[in-house]
Amino acid sequence: MIKWIREGQVWNSIFRHGIPRDRRTRAMAVLSNVFLHLHPVAVRKSGIRLSFTWCMGGLTFFLFLVEIVTGVLLMFYYRPVVEYAYNDIQAMRSGVVSMGLLREIHRWAAHAMIIAIWLHMLRVFLTGSYKPPREFNWTVGVILLVLTMLLSFTGYLLPWDQLAMWAITVGSNMARATPLAGHEGPGAAFLAIDGVPLIHAGSDARFQLLAGTFVGPNALLRFYVLHCVFIPVVVTVLIAVHFWRIRKDGGISGPL
Amino acid sequence: MHYLLAESGVDRIKHAINVICEPAPFFVLSCVALGVFLIGYRFWTKPVVAAIFGGGAVLFYALSALDPNFFLIIAKPDNVPISMMMLLVGFFTWLAFRQAAINDARLEKGEPLLEAGADDKVLVWPDLVYTEFIALILCTAFLIVWAIYLRAPLEQPADPSVAPNPAKAPWYFLGLQELLVYFDPWIAGVLLPGLIILGLVALPYIDKNPRGNGYYTFKERWFVITTYMFGWVVLWVVLIVFGTFLRGPNWIFFGPYEFWDAHKLAALLNIQFRDIVWIQALGRGLPGHWLVREAPGLAFIGFWFTGLPFLLAWTVMRKVYRQIGFIRYVIAVQLLLWMFLVPLKMAFRWTINLQYFVAITEFFFNI
Repeated sequence: MIKWIREGQVWNSIFRHGIPRDRRTRAMAVLSNVFLHLHPVAVRKSGIRLSFTWCMGGLTFFLFLVEIVTGVLLMFYYRPVVEYAYNDIQAMRSGVVSMGLLREIHRWAAHAMIIAIWLHMLRVFLTGSYKPPREFNWTVGVILLVLTMLLSFTGYLLPWDQLAMWAITVGSNMARATPLAGHEGPGAAFLAIDGVPLIHAGSDARFQLLAGTFVGPNALLRFYVLHCVFIPVVVTVLIAVHFWRIRKDGGISGPL
Repeated sequence: MHYLLAESGVDRIKHAINVICEPAPFFVLSCVALGVFLIGYRFWTKPVVAAIFGGGAVLFYALSALDPNFFLIIAKPDNVPISMMMLLVGFFTWLAFRQAAINDARLEKGEPLLEAGADDKVLVWPDLVYTEFIALILCTAFLIVWAIYLRAPLEQPADPSVAPNPAKAPWYFLGLQELLVYFDPWIAGVLLPGLIILGLVALPYIDKNPRGNGYYTFKERWFVITTYMFGWVVLWVVLIVFGTFLRGPNWIFFGPYEFWDAHKLAALLNIQFRDIVWIQALGRGLPGHWLVREAPGLAFIGFWFTGLPFLLAWTVMRKVYRQIGFIRYVIAVQLLLWMFLVPLKMAFRWTINLQYFVAITEFFFNI
């Protein structure tokens, strides 16, 4: 039966090589698969030692995928409106068991992703893997690090509980002290025309972030869109660049 | 009241630890610990030594969890990742420096590195794909167990009229929030995070040391690694731990075994640099104009960011300057000086209660 499937047209149209048993078919397994094709066919033995890589970059990526899968499922049950947001989360917790679990996984994976990306950066730093020719990929990685934390930060608001609202209040209050662009920032007072300030509570950096002067309905919607669409799209593009550059810059780093 | 009751030995130990955990000793001891670790990294990373110290730290943490006040804080669902982070940071720091110690010893003897063997290639299928697959399954299993046993927090519905005390940012930003004790928001919340990002991006372009590319080493890159570990472990991780576990209501310090009493008072009489100069040293009133008034502070900050770079390039960083050139040196030294302004300000706060070097409150320009 298995043999019949393996020799049939359907199987062979999907997998264009035999069972990966010898060098050729194993190489084909990687080369003819769009996902595995992220990898080269062969890598340096010492490069994939677990004690060398810690697998943290890969785990960060995997956790990002977990976040996308669980996040999309959560979007079916969540409305980013002040009247509903909290109750929707409450319903997830007390209602369907698997939905509650999805929310927990989504939140814990977010924390785990932050720790994983920090450790990935530590590994890359301590092995000197940011050095030429990988300088630019390190830069991409730094941006991904910042975006990961912003993803977590924007997601923090969505449950619309006390923890969420006040954490975002504390965080976003920083923006009003932005030099020149925040109404309590140094230099903002100089930006005035005929004594009328250009930068005030209703126009400064914090206002742009929250779409309001406090964490309210507009901020919830804004953070929702940033969290679910804008930042993930940018992150996805940058991950593609990051992975592509690993290959182009000579694969997993090692002594020159 | 509780002072009237007889203190047990455990209470005395707890009290001592509470005192050690105050901001100044906690930060200084963290720096000393990092320094001692880096200087003797070949000794500390020996598996037996590391196991004893690592195990001791975990045991101490576990015993501390028996204290109801400590447990209350670390068992908050959103604080659990921090305990995990401490464990992981400790473990991976050991793992990296262990390999660095081995590599450095091998380099001295002229033996091949742990990572040697550039032509030694293996196929991605099965060697790498299987490792990834196993890591992925373990990670999934871990997440599911975590999610089953620990519910994600959901507090009361958001209410703009009821501010919790303390109000804290998400845990990964708490190091920055802790810096608000020492700096105004425009520095702690905007400038320093910006400079951290800028510094990280600039790092590969500043660090011209060709050695240590692609393998673990400490000896060949000790300066860069020491700086990074100071910034990352002490200024980021330690401050997060501090801001989460040891800052209670009103952002006042609470020892790990102390109850978070919202009525605890911290008497603070902060003074300005200008007061020290004009009033205390010169014995006269403050000048009227802000520029004259803040001249001493501005002179100090000016020296810190413009004079000191010259002095350093001329003395201890002479070799560095010659190696990396003018532009790289200027960028590197500015980033370093911003970084070291943080512990400098802390030291001034702890010793003479200094609030600001420069306090031009007229324009929210306080350093």
